[in-house]
Amino acid sequence: MKVLVTVKRVIDPYVKVRVKSDGTGVETANVKMTMNPFCEIAVEQAVRMKEAGVVSEIVAVSIGVPQCQETLRTAMAMGADRGILVETDADVQPLAVAKLLRKIVEKESPKLVIMGKQAIDDDSNQCGQTLAALLNWPQATFTSSITVSGDTADVTREIDGGLEKLTVKLPAVMTTDLRLNEPRYVTLPNIMKAKKKPLEVVKPDALGVDITPRLKTLKVQEPPKRSAGVKVADVQELVAKLKNEARVI
Amino acid sequence: MAALVIAEHDGRQLKPGVTNAITAAIKMAGEDVHVLVAGHQCEAAAQAAAKVAGVKKVLHADAPHYAGAPAENMAALIVPMAGQYRHILAPATAFGKNIMPRVAGLLDVQQISDISAVESPDTFVRPIYAGNALATVQSSDGIKVLTVRTTAFDPAGEAASPAAIEKIAPGPDTGLTQFKGQELSKSERPELTAARIVVSGGRGVGSAENFKILEALADKLGAAVGASRAAVDSGFVPNDYQVGQTGKIVAPELYIAVGISGAIQHLAGMKDSKVIVAINKDAEAPIFAVADYWLVDDLFKAVPEMTKLL
Repeated sequence: MKVLVTVKRVIDPYVKVRVKSDGTGVETANVKMTMNPFCEIAVEQAVRMKEAGVVSEIVAVSIGVPQCQETLRTAMAMGADRGILVETDADVQPLAVAKLLRKIVEKESPKLVIMGKQAIDDDSNQCGQTLAALLNWPQATFTSSITVSGDTADVTREIDGGLEKLTVKLPAVMTTDLRLNEPRYVTLPNIMKAKKKPLEVVKPDALGVDITPRLKTLKVQEPPKRSAGVKVADVQELVAKLKNEARVI
Repeated sequence: MAALVIAEHDGRQLKPGVTNAITAAIKMAGEDVHVLVAGHQCEAAAQAAAKVAGVKKVLHADAPHYAGAPAENMAALIVPMAGQYRHILAPATAFGKNIMPRVAGLLDVQQISDISAVESPDTFVRPIYAGNALATVQSSDGIKVLTVRTTAFDPAGEAASPAAIEKIAPGPDTGLTQFKGQELSKSERPELTAARIVVSGGRGVGSAENFKILEALADKLGAAVGASRAAVDSGFVPNDYQVGQTGKIVAPELYIAVGISGAIQHLAGMKDSKVIVAINKDAEAPIFAVADYWLVDDLFKAVPEMTKLL
């Protein structure tokens, strides 16, 4: 079966994010970018399913600036067979992302779409669920285990307080949680091989999707800073401070 | 126009967080809040919702296909009634995060995730980049679909007299997914997101066995036990212990971080706690930068000593 995976280019999670002084957003110029970690888990899952013989083809999709091609090349170095970039410089909000992906899904007809549960830049945690809604497909979010058998998949989901088990009809959209797998490192030979894999570029207009933002960002600010703390010498002093000063125990 | 809060519950009572979402709804719509309690044999939860201050009406839908609150069936129930509301919201828990974007997609609405403040009925503040920035956003959609960061809002109190409960006809069973059950961690301790005190351990704790030292302290304090992602990844504790950007967001009165270095992703999940204590033997640990009280010491000595002193 064919699987579609989505990859987003984001600020590297180990980079300290700086809010722009004019309050319009965060600084992205000359900042190290990388594949969203949850998307990496999605690609890894698809590749493992291909290695297990469950999946025949993996199509990676990204949406954004031309540099997202690099993110797609990384996905292909991990094992995706080809890439599609929906190229735009515009701010594409989650609803618009889901609408663009619906068009790609309709064209490609995958049996499964695997996405990260959230992107670590805007932390929206929406696209998978919204795409499933637009396709009228079942969804399995925050998955820690996916087993496909025929036209269904048995899925374990990470929920508050434990785990949930679902059986999902295919085709379906699934989103990944941290414990689904540990993504592989890409090797140099695979990076070289990925350069030869096909990468198609399309524009949102060509897909007939209106990506006009519905949310207007009025300002972006730094969160309030915590005041400097006190170093305590020992446990006795700590307990005394918590009792008498902070009065929390 | 009224606001609709989608209630998370276990059939008997509301989950912590729902009353916080009701507070957020009151800020958007005044005391004209309806609560949807959909589930299987969840009459008691509907009665609990009726007792929350600010709730005008409880809508109660009961059917076997709401067991486990599958997003497909929940969305199919919510969407036809959406036109009566200007705001539809749920707590930003695994429950709300699963259901609400599906509702938003079907309504052709851009959801606003994880709001931490209500500026006006169409303008909200939400943390982005793991809480390293706060975005103020204005929605142009006719119906606002939102999830609420529950720690950012106080829980709504108890009503003087209970609201009316209206039994509504269940929506369709989409049959898209089949709920096979839940395996919930059993614990006598309070739930992580609702606890007044949280004791969390990191990689420094070293093993699952060693977490017992933290559990002893937590039990003395009546606290919940949490963990950093490093501790979860190392297999010391289950994933639902995880506090952080990708785990649970907590804001207790007292947060005690033990053997946690303080990665950005962990700080994102706990830095709104009222008082933060950090115990770490590394004097350079970044966690100390957000701590109100910090102790440079060996946790295996300090934590049992603290338990004894309390």
